Amino acid sequence: MREKVVITSKNVEFLDKVSEMSGQPITRCDQCGVCSGSCPMVDEMDITPSQMMRKVQLGQEEVLGTRAMWLCASCFTCTVRCPRGLDLSKVAEALRQITLRKAVDHIDIRKIPDHEMKKLPQIALISSFRKFTG
Amino acid sequence: MKIPYYPGCTLKTNAKNLETSTLEVAKTLDVELIELPRWNCCGTVYSLTSDDLIHHVAPIRNLIRVQEMNDSGLVKDENRLVTVCSMCYNTLKRSNLRVKENPEDLDKINDFMYLEEDYKGNVEVIHFLKLLQDMGFDKVEEKVRKPLSELKIAPYYGCMLLRPKEVGIDDPEDPTIQKELLEALGAEVIDNPYKKVCCGSYQTVHEKDAVSNLGYKILSQAQKEGAEAITTSCPLCAFNLDNRQKEVKQQHPEFQHIPVFYFTQLIAIAFGVEKKYCRFDLNYIDPETLLKKKKLLQE
Repeated sequence: MREKVVITSKNVEFLDKVSEMSGQPITRCDQCGVCSGSCPMVDEMDITPSQMMRKVQLGQEEVLGTRAMWLCASCFTCTVRCPRGLDLSKVAEALRQITLRKAVDHIDIRKIPDHEMKKLPQIALISSFRKFTG
Repeated sequence: MKIPYYPGCTLKTNAKNLETSTLEVAKTLDVELIELPRWNCCGTVYSLTSDDLIHHVAPIRNLIRVQEMNDSGLVKDENRLVTVCSMCYNTLKRSNLRVKENPEDLDKINDFMYLEEDYKGNVEVIHFLKLLQDMGFDKVEEKVRKPLSELKIAPYYGCMLLRPKEVGIDDPEDPTIQKELLEALGAEVIDNPYKKVCCGSYQTVHEKDAVSNLGYKILSQAQKEGAEAITTSCPLCAFNLDNRQKEVKQQHPEFQHIPVFYFTQLIAIAFGVEKKYCRFDLNYIDPETLLKKKKLLQE
C-alpha cells in the first residue's frame, strides 16, 4: 500500500540528532539489505535493521517504539558488512540512548528472578544494565 | 617473560576455570602473567555514542595501571596488556584505540582523572590467543604431552574477538586462529559455519528464548558437522552456549548436550597439567566423560 511521507523540520531534527549521536552519515544508506540479511536477531525483530535505517532517514520518531533497536546485541556483523561503511550498531545505540536519557529504562532490574541473578555472569548483568538502563 | 594481565570480574567468579587454566598454561610456556594491581571493571561494553566519554574512563584507568607497573618495576619495558575474556578485550582495545586516534578525547579523560597520572597512549591490549600466536603455535606444540587426537572440536569465536575489524584478532568472516591452535594440540578441527554468529550476548538476561534459539542453531549445526565439543574464549558466550543448553533442551527435546570448553582448558589437558587447574566443576555440561572416553583424563 502506498503511503504519503511528509518531511517536516521535526523529522529533519530527529535525523540530525541520531546522526550526531551515532556519528554516522545515515543518509548514505541505500537500503541494500545486507544488514538485515546478516543480523542474527532479525527473526525476533518487528522491523528489520534496514527498515530501522529507513525510518531514521525519514526522521520518523516512532522508530523509538520498535523492539528491533532493543534486540540489537551490538554484535557488529552488519558493521563489518555494510557496503556503505555505516555502523548500524551505533545507530541502534543512539536510538536506545535517546530513550534511556529520558530516564525510561528498558528493563526492570528488580524483575530478574533470584535464581537467574545467582547464576548469570557479571559481564551479562553489567552489559545488560549498561545497554538497557539509564 | 613477565606480562601485565587484566582478569576482569567474571574470571574471578563464574569463569574461574578460564583464569586458572590460562595462568597454568602460560606458566608452562614460561610466561608469567602479572595481575594488574588495583584493576577495575572495564565496563564490559564499549560505549558507542559519540558524545559519551565518561564510560571510557574505566577502561583507560586500567591502562594507566600498566604504566605504573612499568614505573614500579613489576614488569620491565612491557607495554602489552593481556586479557583472555573477549568482552574485556574488546572494550579495553576499542577505548585505547579511540583515545589514540582522538588526542582531544584523551586530554578530556586525563583531565577528568586528575588524581591519576596521565595516560600516555602507549599500551597495547592483546588477547591471550594472539599472544600464543605471536609466540608461535609451534612453541605450544612442543609442550604437548597428550595430543588431543580423535577429539573433534568446533571452535566458536562469537563477536568480540573478531568485530569490528579494527580490533579483531583475525579475519572477521573467516577466522582460523583457534583452528591453528587446536591443530597444534593435535585435535581434529571441525568447521562450523555458525562459528562467528552472535550467541545473543547480554540479551540472555531478559530475552532468554531469543538466546536459546541462537544457541540451538550454533550448537546443533556444530553437531551436524561432527563436533563432539566446542571451544570459546568468552565467559558470556560460554554461559549462553553451555548453561542455556538447559533451555535449548526444553524447547528441542531431541537436542543432545555438547560440552563447551574454554580453549585454555583444552591446552591444559594437552599439556598434561594437573586437572585441578581446569576447574571442570564450573562447566555446566560435564566435559569429563568425553575426555575420559578419549583417554585424555584418567577414570
